[in-house]
Amino acid sequence: MEAFGLLLHGFAVLLTGKTLVLMMIGLVLGIFVGVLPGLGGPNGVAILLPLTFTMDPTSAIVMLSCIYWGALFGGAITSILFNIPGEAWSVATTFDGYPMAQQGRAAEALTAAFTSSFIGSLVAVLLITFLAPMISSFALRFGPPEFFAVYLLTFCSFVGLGREARHKTVISMSLGLLLAGIGMDTVSGQLRMTFGTAELLRGINFLVAVIGLFGISEILLTMEERLALRGHAAHISLRVVLSVWRDLPRYWVTLLRSSFIGCWLGITPGGAIAASFMGYNLAKRFAKEPESFGKGRIEGVFAPETAAHASGTSALLPMLALGIPGSGTAAILLGGLMVWGLNPGPLLFVEHKDFVWGLIASMYLGNVVGLVLVLTTVPVFASILRVPFAAVAPMIVVSCAIGAYAIQNAMFDIWLMLGFGVVGYVFKKIGIPLAPFTLALVLGNRAEDAFRLSMIGSGGDLKVFWSNGLVGSITTLALLLLFWPLIEKLLARAGRPRRARPAPL
Amino acid sequence: MTDTDLEIVVEDPTAPEEDSPSLVGTRTVEIVVSIALLLLAVTLGYDNWRTGISWDSTGPEPGYFPFYLSVILAGGSLYGLIAALTSQDRTSDTFVTRAQARRVLAVFVPTLLFCLATQFLGLYVASFLLIAGFMRAIGKIALWKSLLTAFAFTAIMFVTFDVAFDVIMPKGPLEAVLGR
Repeated sequence: MEAFGLLLHGFAVLLTGKTLVLMMIGLVLGIFVGVLPGLGGPNGVAILLPLTFTMDPTSAIVMLSCIYWGALFGGAITSILFNIPGEAWSVATTFDGYPMAQQGRAAEALTAAFTSSFIGSLVAVLLITFLAPMISSFALRFGPPEFFAVYLLTFCSFVGLGREARHKTVISMSLGLLLAGIGMDTVSGQLRMTFGTAELLRGINFLVAVIGLFGISEILLTMEERLALRGHAAHISLRVVLSVWRDLPRYWVTLLRSSFIGCWLGITPGGAIAASFMGYNLAKRFAKEPESFGKGRIEGVFAPETAAHASGTSALLPMLALGIPGSGTAAILLGGLMVWGLNPGPLLFVEHKDFVWGLIASMYLGNVVGLVLVLTTVPVFASILRVPFAAVAPMIVVSCAIGAYAIQNAMFDIWLMLGFGVVGYVFKKIGIPLAPFTLALVLGNRAEDAFRLSMIGSGGDLKVFWSNGLVGSITTLALLLLFWPLIEKLLARAGRPRRARPAPL
Repeated sequence: MTDTDLEIVVEDPTAPEEDSPSLVGTRTVEIVVSIALLLLAVTLGYDNWRTGISWDSTGPEPGYFPFYLSVILAGGSLYGLIAALTSQDRTSDTFVTRAQARRVLAVFVPTLLFCLATQFLGLYVASFLLIAGFMRAIGKIALWKSLLTAFAFTAIMFVTFDVAFDVIMPKGPLEAVLGR
């Protein structure tokens, strides 16, 4: 097993005192971010990214990914104790987690949530360890047409499979791609869409947009709601942990099913949110007594948490292997790679072995350390919620501003961040999804370059996207996904007359 | 073995009233956003058309790719506009109630002032003013607590970014006096 040897090398890279300290800092910050309402994984990673600018890439990614794991763990704490999902993917955890807390089984529910998160991530990391190198070495043979086809597939699957109204996804995506094009054109050196302003020469920085869209807008949205909360304080004893773990083998089907769903939805841009609901619903459907769900059943905690974490982790697979993020947070990590001077894509596995395997090793270690950390420190983190929001909100605003400014040392970026904050607030309220926008903004330039290079190669013939079996099938699949809702309708119509229906049309 | 002896309760003194009247409907906002996006698409599309959207000897001109994206954006927002205009239910959902809008503005306006202050006073002074002012005025937290928290947070940020990580933030007259 070549992967195994490289993984061991990754652990060797990782096991230095400095990296371990950064890992702990990352995890604590992440749990903090996950517990606070109005801040989540993507925001936390985006805001804390500037801290890592002066670090070497490996330490930087270890700390950032640990923030992400921490946020995933932290989301479960508030869902179970307060019935407030800290993250959208923790919503399904509240269904059974909060009733359990009400029955005085908070410690049990929390242990179940943390343990299943850990299992979900572990399955996904195993998948990454063995699959990512294979995919990336396969992708080394990709030329510009293949890459453009893969980008197209990513974008089309958002439109076709997304749950939002299609035109809203299209708007969000084309806007992101357009804004990515602002500034100097990388091929010809000409200026585009700058309207003569010097500030737009640099283009719109992806991370500035993300900090505004996710950080500032989330503060505005949170303030809109009633912030009073009432919940339980819990403290987890070793006895409870052991008793939950002893029962764990009984739920292996649920755990495995949810891990599988999570991995699948994480790799395709469906996201952790869909995965957690799907995991919960399937566990309910296959259960012997489905009506007991929602009343404090431990399986109702296992299923969504495993799926959410498996999906959150496996979203990093396409990012590492192909340079295409599977989620908003993965997109931000990808933005980080570029800041540290790494070029995302299949070459990463060849050129930056230390970095890639250090990251993968940190996924293993980060999850183990994270599990121990959350199990022991839950009371501390739950009490963070006592801090009034009026104190937290301005601190988040300041952190966002620091983050936005630090990326390019530009005051203009702070204003841009504010603008994106307002845009994000309005978009979220009228249901324009932000994930496609984020992805389009970070991939825009590379998608355009791939398109133009393929066009130059073929002399402007669109047939280049069907020039061989591989690129042809990816492109066809992309178009199929784009028109999937239509196809589904047609199939349904074609299938209907067979049933007893008197008159056609 | 109950773990619920301890309850955590957080009150929200300035919570928005539940029965506050609607300030603006979702449908209206959708129409406004669609029109704004349409205008943006036309502006960007025109600029790209001027840059060049055809082919030259080296392949597609710089405006080619973004021009067609603006066409797609225009199409999407036009569809959104028509869908919102022709939508059947006139009694659309509330986009924001009066009380909610007040609360959102209570964060937005200080944030705006903070950005303005950052431009002239530097980030650290601005952040001290924002945190102290916000905690005192919006959160109704005791003045000494507000000032102390603001000072501590700003100091931690300064030490973390400017000193430890060498990430330099915008400075103003105060830092100039102190010689940083």
